[in-house]
Amino acid sequence: MDVLKKIPVREQDARERATNFQEVCLGYNKEEAMEEASRCINCKNAQCIKGCPVAINIPGFIEQVKNGDIAAAYQVISESSALPAVCGRVCPQETQCEGKCIRGIKGDPISIGKLERFVADWARENNIKPEGAKEKKGKKVAVIGSGPAGLTCAGDLAKLGYDVTIFEALHEPGGVLVYGIPEFRLPKSDVVAKEIENVKSLGVKIETNVVIGKSTTIDELMDEEGFEAIFIGSGAGLPKFMGIPGENANGVFSANEYLTRSNLMKSFDERSNTPIMHGKKVAVVGGGNVAMDAARTALRLGAEVHIVYRRSEEELPARVEEVHHAKEEGVIFDLLTNPTEILSDEKGWVTGMKCIRMELGEPDESGRRRPVVIPDSEFTMEVDTVIMSLGTSPNPLISSTTDGLETNKWKCIVADEANGKTTKEGVYAGGDAVTGAATVILAMGAGKAAAKGIDDYLSGR
Amino acid sequence: MYKILKKKELAANIYLMDVEAKRVAKTCKPGQFVIVRTDAAGERIPLTICDYDREAGTVTIVFQTVGAGTKMMAELQEGEAFHDFVGPLGCASEFVGEELSAIKDKRFLFVAGGVGAAPVYPQVKWLHEHGIAADVIVGSKTKDLLILEKEMEAVAGNLYVTTDDGSYGRSGMVTQTIKDLIAEGKQYDVCIAIGPMIMMKFVCLLTKEYQLPTIVSLNPIMVDGTGMCGACRVTVDGKVKFACVDGPEFDGHAVNFDEAMRRQQIYKTQEGRAMLALQEGETHHGGCGNCAD
Repeated sequence: MDVLKKIPVREQDARERATNFQEVCLGYNKEEAMEEASRCINCKNAQCIKGCPVAINIPGFIEQVKNGDIAAAYQVISESSALPAVCGRVCPQETQCEGKCIRGIKGDPISIGKLERFVADWARENNIKPEGAKEKKGKKVAVIGSGPAGLTCAGDLAKLGYDVTIFEALHEPGGVLVYGIPEFRLPKSDVVAKEIENVKSLGVKIETNVVIGKSTTIDELMDEEGFEAIFIGSGAGLPKFMGIPGENANGVFSANEYLTRSNLMKSFDERSNTPIMHGKKVAVVGGGNVAMDAARTALRLGAEVHIVYRRSEEELPARVEEVHHAKEEGVIFDLLTNPTEILSDEKGWVTGMKCIRMELGEPDESGRRRPVVIPDSEFTMEVDTVIMSLGTSPNPLISSTTDGLETNKWKCIVADEANGKTTKEGVYAGGDAVTGAATVILAMGAGKAAAKGIDDYLSGR
Repeated sequence: MYKILKKKELAANIYLMDVEAKRVAKTCKPGQFVIVRTDAAGERIPLTICDYDREAGTVTIVFQTVGAGTKMMAELQEGEAFHDFVGPLGCASEFVGEELSAIKDKRFLFVAGGVGAAPVYPQVKWLHEHGIAADVIVGSKTKDLLILEKEMEAVAGNLYVTTDDGSYGRSGMVTQTIKDLIAEGKQYDVCIAIGPMIMMKFVCLLTKEYQLPTIVSLNPIMVDGTGMCGACRVTVDGKVKFACVDGPEFDGHAVNFDEAMRRQQIYKTQEGRAMLALQEGETHHGGCGNCAD
C-alpha cells in the first residue's frame, strides 16, 4: 500500500448512474475504511479539527476505525455532530478538514469525509443511536426550521436536557436536505430520515406544517406557548431571477422549484402526483452546487443538459467533485456565456435562449476576474427548459413579524457569529437565514454555536 | 392529522369541508389560503380559505374536482383526515388591515364566479360583522352549479345572482350584471373579483372603463406557498411578484392576465395523464388520442 495515496471509493458507473436516481458514491466497506484510517498519523496538534465547523475529534474517531471499533468511532463523532451520515456526503471536505490534513502536503489527504460516512452508515445499519441527556432541565426551547442548522441546534440542546420543539413549514422535516439536495447525492429515506429519527430519539419533537410568521409568531411562541428561548434556522429564502425578457415563459423554473418538485415531492418517481417538466434540452444558468444538482437531475430525467455560466471553469463556485461528477455523467459546460433573453413561441413555451459570450477582465470586489461582454458575440441556444440557479434572497416572513429582530442591508437576520445571539432577547439565529446561502456544515456550525449560546443564556451565565 | 369534521357536496363535483386545524383557525384572515395534501404521496394543493371558526378550531375549504389531486380530496370522508394542512398563507385582504373608519363608508362590490364564491364569502362576512354591507354578484354557469347562495344572502347587502344560461336569477355573465347595476345608477368605490382567470380578466377590462379600482385573487401554480420556489410568479405593473407571499390579491388593472393564464397551462398534459391513470388505473397505456405516448 502506498501511504501517500488514499484508498479509492467505489462509485456507480457514470453512464449507468446518469439514468437513475440511486446514490453515486457507494462508500467504503469496513476493510477499506480500516486501511484508509491506518494512513492517519494522529497529529498531536490536529489541523483537521480546526478545519471542521463543528470541531469533530477527527483523529479520535479515525483511531477507533483503525482499531475496528466502529461503535466507539460513532460515539466520538456524535459528541460533535448530529448528522454525520449527511456531512460525510455533502461537506466540502477539500476546503475544510481534508484541506488542512498534513498528509495532504505530500500526497492525498486522509479521506475524512468518506470515513465519517462509513462510520455513520455502519452505526445506522447496526442500529446504534446517539446518547441522550441523563437529566431534564424542564425548560422549553423552540427551533424554527428543521434543516441542518435547526437539527444540530435541537440535537445539542436536547443532549443538554432541554425540552425542544422544532417547527417546520413544509410537510416533511429536513429542510434543504430534503427539498434541495437530490436523492443521488443524499438518499432521503435511508439517510436523511434516519438522521432525523436519531435527533428525535434524543427527545426532540417536530411539528410540521407550521409557518412561523403566519401560523404563529416568535412573540406568540414566547408569550403564549412558554418557550424560553428560540433558535431561528429558517434557511435561505426566495429564488433570484435574472430580470431578462421572457423569464416568465412556460419552461423557465427556479432551481428551487425544479429541485423541490423532484426531491421533496418525488416527481422523478412515476408514483408521485406532483408533475415536473421533462425537457429535451435544458439550460441551467449558474455555477454553484445547486446548479450542478439541478443539471444532474434534469440529465436523469432524460434531457441534454447545458450549464451556462458567465465566468470560466476556475471560478465555478461548485465543489470540484460535483463538477467532475456532472461532466462524467455528460453535462455540457457552456462557460463564459451569459443569457440575455428567453425566447418563446406564441403559446408562451420556451424555444430558445439568447446568450452572449464573455471574457474575463480585471478582478472585481469578490476577487474573481470580472466577466466582460464580447461585443457582437450574441447567439441563440435552442432549449425548451431553462433553470435559473442564481442564489436566493432572504425570506422576510419571520423578520417582518417579530418585534425587535434586526436585519442587515441584505435583509439577513443580524446574529453574533460566536453564539447566535440576535438583537431580541432570548432569540438566536444561524444558517442561511443569517449568512445568506452557504453550506450544510456552516449552518450546522452556526446551530451548534447557538445551542451553546442558548444554554449559557438559560443557565444565567 | 387534520380531521374532516364535516363534508358536504354543494353541487356536482363541488365539495365543502370543515377541517380541524387549530393553528390555522386561530390566526387566519379573509383573503388567505391553505395548502393541503391528502396522503404521503399527495401533491400540495393550494385553496383559498372559505370560512373559519376560531373557537372550534376549524377551517372551511371549498373545492371543485378538476384533476387527480382534487379528486383524491373528494374521496376523503367525514371522520377521515388530511395528511397535511398548512397555513394561513399569503396576505389578508387589504381592508382587513385598514382602520375601520377608513373603510366604513366605502361602497364595496364583490364579483364571484363559480367556486370563487367560496373565497369571496369570508370577505363579505367580515365586512358584515364590522357593520359594512357589501353588494355581491355571484355568477354561475347554470343553476345546479350555484353554491353558497343562502350563506351569501345572510351577509351581503344586496345579492345579485346570475347564470350564464339564464336558468336562475339574472341571465348572462357577471360583466353584464356589473354593467346593469352601474346603468341603474349604483356607485362603487372598490370592486373585488374572484373566479376563473378569464372572468377576472374581463371584469378588470370592464371596471377599468369605469375607473373602478379592482382587486383580484390569483391562484397560480404553487409548490411550497412560502416564497421558496417562485412557481407562482406573476407580472403586476411590469414587476415580477410571487403570488404566495406578495398576494394572492393584487390590483387587477395591473395584472398581466394573458401571461398568468399561459402559466396555468404548464402541467396540463401531465395533469390530464394523472387523472386518466387515477380513473383507469394501470389500464391506460396510450392510444386514447389525448396523450402523446
